[in-house]
Amino acid sequence: MRRRVIFDNKVLPYVLVAPQLAVTLVFFFWPAGQAIYQSVLLQDPFGLRTQFVWFENFTTVLRDPLYLGSMRVTAIFSTAVTLFSMGAGLLFATMADARIRAVHVYRTLMTWPYAVAPAVSAVLWLFIFHPSIGILGRALLGLGIPWDYKLNGVQALILVILAASWKQVSYNFLFFLAGLQSIPRSVVEAATMDAGPARRFWSIILPLLSPTTFFLLVVNIVYAFFDTFGVIHALTGGGPAKATETLIYKVFTDGVINLDLGSSSAQSVILLLIVVTLTALQFKYVERKVHY
Amino acid sequence: MAAPARSERWIPHFVLAVGVAIFVFPIYFALIGSTHEASVIGRGEMPLTPGRHLIENYAQAWNLGSGEKVRGTPVHTMLTNSFLMAMAITVGKIAISLLSAYAVVFFAFPLRMLFFWMIFITLMLPVEVRIIPTYKVVSDLGMINSFSGLTVPLIASATATLLFRQVFMTIPDELVEAAKIDGAGAMRFFWTILLPLSRTNIAALFVILFIYGWNQYLWPLLITSSREMETIVIGIVKMIGTGDAQTDWQIIMATTIFALIPPVAVILFMQHWFVKGLIETEK
Repeated sequence: MRRRVIFDNKVLPYVLVAPQLAVTLVFFFWPAGQAIYQSVLLQDPFGLRTQFVWFENFTTVLRDPLYLGSMRVTAIFSTAVTLFSMGAGLLFATMADARIRAVHVYRTLMTWPYAVAPAVSAVLWLFIFHPSIGILGRALLGLGIPWDYKLNGVQALILVILAASWKQVSYNFLFFLAGLQSIPRSVVEAATMDAGPARRFWSIILPLLSPTTFFLLVVNIVYAFFDTFGVIHALTGGGPAKATETLIYKVFTDGVINLDLGSSSAQSVILLLIVVTLTALQFKYVERKVHY
Repeated sequence: MAAPARSERWIPHFVLAVGVAIFVFPIYFALIGSTHEASVIGRGEMPLTPGRHLIENYAQAWNLGSGEKVRGTPVHTMLTNSFLMAMAITVGKIAISLLSAYAVVFFAFPLRMLFFWMIFITLMLPVEVRIIPTYKVVSDLGMINSFSGLTVPLIASATATLLFRQVFMTIPDELVEAAKIDGAGAMRFFWTILLPLSRTNIAALFVILFIYGWNQYLWPLLITSSREMETIVIGIVKMIGTGDAQTDWQIIMATTIFALIPPVAVILFMQHWFVKGLIETEK
């Protein structure tokens, strides 16, 4: 990363990095440090005394059935969101990659949902699946299915998964399409000689797409973990009976609403470790791609 | 390759059409909902075709943001807030990332690598992970309910810095040398050569960051409590409240459509830049 020709100026580079560095220090490093610091402290309910307790907050959190429940919800939620949005993205990308007319019309029509905020996506689906006014909510009731996502935890989870996946399909579609279009035509044509479409897809195209797939896997998990806060906040508020309370939502409720700093900080640190792991995985893959 | 059989030709069209229909479906109902009366929707009798209250509902949402039940903020205020927030985040991120990438690539100075890694590591610290302490810092600085509190903590960007760093690395040494021989100083080089060369990357990044800024949720939810500062995404969710059937759904849906127009328009009109930006920033 070192250039041969550089400017020699003693003060200017510091001035140039100063704004970025200032924001980073004040709003990233300092708070992250605070989170780690708070996570080993215990505060009495009135906030008068604090005590150093080593990893007690972590053991409390990890033994808390509510936290474990929230981990379960997060696991189901992020697996489902990742599977649905990547599956649909891949399906549509494969279809758009076929040599058909009007491909860019479809591409445009499939791109725009990326712009929809997760919370707005939640509002749109709420209007459709509302048990008393929603067009599909009422249809389900008409079919004799007791549909009420405000009372039924499983139904609530299905609805947040739907709203969170719907807007993420575009992203996966665009990356899969870019991946498919970078596969040389000659490879696909050669495969056409001796394999049917299904076989061609599973044994030629999918393996060639694996770098894209792996990259998207990480991005989608990160999305499901962190960016879907708005979906849950707008649709269910974590309920009913914590059926849709993901890890990030629990940090919010424990920290902002219940004001339990120690526990919320310990949870933040656990999330931090998850992000670090995911980012490390992603960079390991980038590294590999460079060496190939 | 032989021409695909007839059946193979219509399958992709069919699947894609179904996909597009699933994407458009919720928007269609939001549009329909925004043209009817609250009472029709509240009874669960909303037809599948547009009603006659389009102009009235949109005007009400725009001017008041409130109906019989809902007490909201006027849409024009919320749209202005969302726009200002998105623009401040976008311009801020691009500006400070251009400068820091420039320093890291074109200068040799002690601590250079340390600074680079400090910026890089923020990739792993999304705001969701440090909610409470960041809130506390902002509150200690007296920035709660202020525009700077809403935007400044979000403008540090590892992604943009990494992207500009990559772009700057491809600038040939000869160009820098020629500029130096012609007597251009560091800042002159930055303004007259580097910035114009990075134009396309700035445009691509602009689209991605504008959407990112517009769609912010958790941070504005924590930082702003006053009506005057409400962004449109937060405003809609507040309007819904507990989600009763008997509420001003027509106003909520009109507001939702208003909230969708700017980011969708940016993506559609700048589609080329958007795809480029998306694929590049994630590399």
